[in-house]
Amino acid sequence: MTVPGDRKRAGRWSGRRGRGEQAMVPRAEFRTYYDRPVLKVPVWKHWIPAYFFAGGLAAGSSLLAEVLAWSGDARAARRARASALAAIGASTVFLVADLGRQERFHHMLRVFRPSSPMNVGSWLLAAYGPAVGVAALGEEVGLPGPARAAGVVAAGLAPAVATYTGVLVADTAVPVWHDAHRELPFLFGAGAVASSGALGVLLAPRGRVPAAAARFAVLGAVAEVLAARRMRESLGDLVGEVYHVGRAGQVEAAARATTNAGAVLLVPRATRRAGAALVLAGAALQRFAVAEAGKQSAADPKYVVVPQRERAADRLNTT
Amino acid sequence: MTAGPIADPARAAGWDAPGERIGFFTDTTLCIGCKACEVACKEWNDVPDDGLVFLDSSYDNTGTLGASTWRHVAFIEQAAPRAVAESMLTDALATVAGDIGALPSAPPEPRDGFRWLMSSDVCKHCTHAACLDVCPTGSLFRTEFGTVVVQEDICNGCGYCIPACPFGVIDQRKGDGRAWKCTMCYDRLHVGLEPACAQACPTNSIQFGPLAQLRDHARARVDTLHARGVADARLYGADDDSGVGGLGAFFLLLDEPEVYRLPPDPVVTTRDVRAMWKAAAGAAAMVVGLAVAAAGRRR
Repeated sequence: MTVPGDRKRAGRWSGRRGRGEQAMVPRAEFRTYYDRPVLKVPVWKHWIPAYFFAGGLAAGSSLLAEVLAWSGDARAARRARASALAAIGASTVFLVADLGRQERFHHMLRVFRPSSPMNVGSWLLAAYGPAVGVAALGEEVGLPGPARAAGVVAAGLAPAVATYTGVLVADTAVPVWHDAHRELPFLFGAGAVASSGALGVLLAPRGRVPAAAARFAVLGAVAEVLAARRMRESLGDLVGEVYHVGRAGQVEAAARATTNAGAVLLVPRATRRAGAALVLAGAALQRFAVAEAGKQSAADPKYVVVPQRERAADRLNTT
Repeated sequence: MTAGPIADPARAAGWDAPGERIGFFTDTTLCIGCKACEVACKEWNDVPDDGLVFLDSSYDNTGTLGASTWRHVAFIEQAAPRAVAESMLTDALATVAGDIGALPSAPPEPRDGFRWLMSSDVCKHCTHAACLDVCPTGSLFRTEFGTVVVQEDICNGCGYCIPACPFGVIDQRKGDGRAWKCTMCYDRLHVGLEPACAQACPTNSIQFGPLAQLRDHARARVDTLHARGVADARLYGADDDSGVGGLGAFFLLLDEPEVYRLPPDPVVTTRDVRAMWKAAAGAAAMVVGLAVAAAGRRR
């Protein structure tokens, strides 16, 4: 039964409300239509953060492979190239798996559209994927020359592959994603470096861990933690709140703890592998935290209405 | 161009000789909540049923716009002064009378202290349409009428348009996988018919025509309402310099937009796409920097 004053009613009587549960910010006065979301909650399933993670892992591994080759560790470089191939394969499969019409995946390459990061990313993957394939398999089939060239091409494209996914998420109306458009590419790029280094450490034979891989993991993890902190701070109390509440808050906290612990454990030789495993998991968790935060941000009209109200009021005051 | 005023979005999208930009003007003061628009839309466009549910939200059991709901009538119950309620009732009855030739024998008395806001929501066919901008397949396109339409034979169901829309309009249809929304009856426009919802609307709350003409008419209507003491009347989406560059479907509202589930100050996300790619370039440089720093000395 609804009575005047019932929270579910819209409009003047009770449309004004503030949400109490778990709120970290003071209750804001705002009105809604029966508390229904203004935005649609993203329909992307877990495939999408998995696609971000795997794509980053591939990109980092392509860079790591060139660094290792340069330093003279050919075996480790080969492992990194194989990792890149496996990861970019997985990333592509994850992306296609999320499509509502999988048999139409190639429609991504019908047009070229810089305002669509998913389109730009598809073109990037169309160039990067084959380069990674040739880099990883060329040597096996007796084509070391093309393999080396393809490795360089893959490493050249890798920084773009590692960061465009940040633009992909940011280029939406979801407040917690859009408002972080300056930070998300750094967060994802750092995660790419961290995870590839971590995987390089994990795949190395005991006692022969390449120093460059460990440094990738440590530097990447530190950059990732700093980028995540900067993102949360720049979002402010209201829009950034989703990183502190609900599922997104839990996953974000887990990502932070895991990456921090991993970075510390990577330094002593004895705990290196454990640290690498944690950094790898942390980078994955960070992508899932961002995905989950977007869902929470779109689901609650508060995150849409209150900032837009303030923006409109500011504009009135300045004109 | 993803921001700023555009006089003719169809021409900007590459049409050589587009017609006049057409649109909807939804005058919510005339809406009687009959939902004929919802039904006509479903019938004409063969949109599947989206469930028979009771939502406990006044007479709104439709919920919200979505893949299978291209018109949604919102019902809002509010306290209001008698003058406002009276003015709305008079207009609605007058339009009905114009259509059926007579007023009901005993027009109902407006009740003091109460008003019922009803509004038929629809895709806004934005001048700067985020759904279209982010669509990776080119499935979403700008028509020669200045409207935004999904090509169902192209859409691969990537879902990107869904979080991109600042109005929460477009959605993925379950079991189908593709994204769907209002086409402003693209097929009917081609043969000179008005969209099904506008044709079905018995009170002319949904008005269809050249956008410039609708805007002039809407401004005059606001003036009339203000003169009658309906001080709350305001237009939503009629300005070209808003964050979405003006709406192809705009509204006359009697309360703040958020009361109708409309965002108070929507901005097309792609307005910032340059800044985003710049940030990505910076981040790419950081990735290279980290790799170089990690490389250390050659053995």
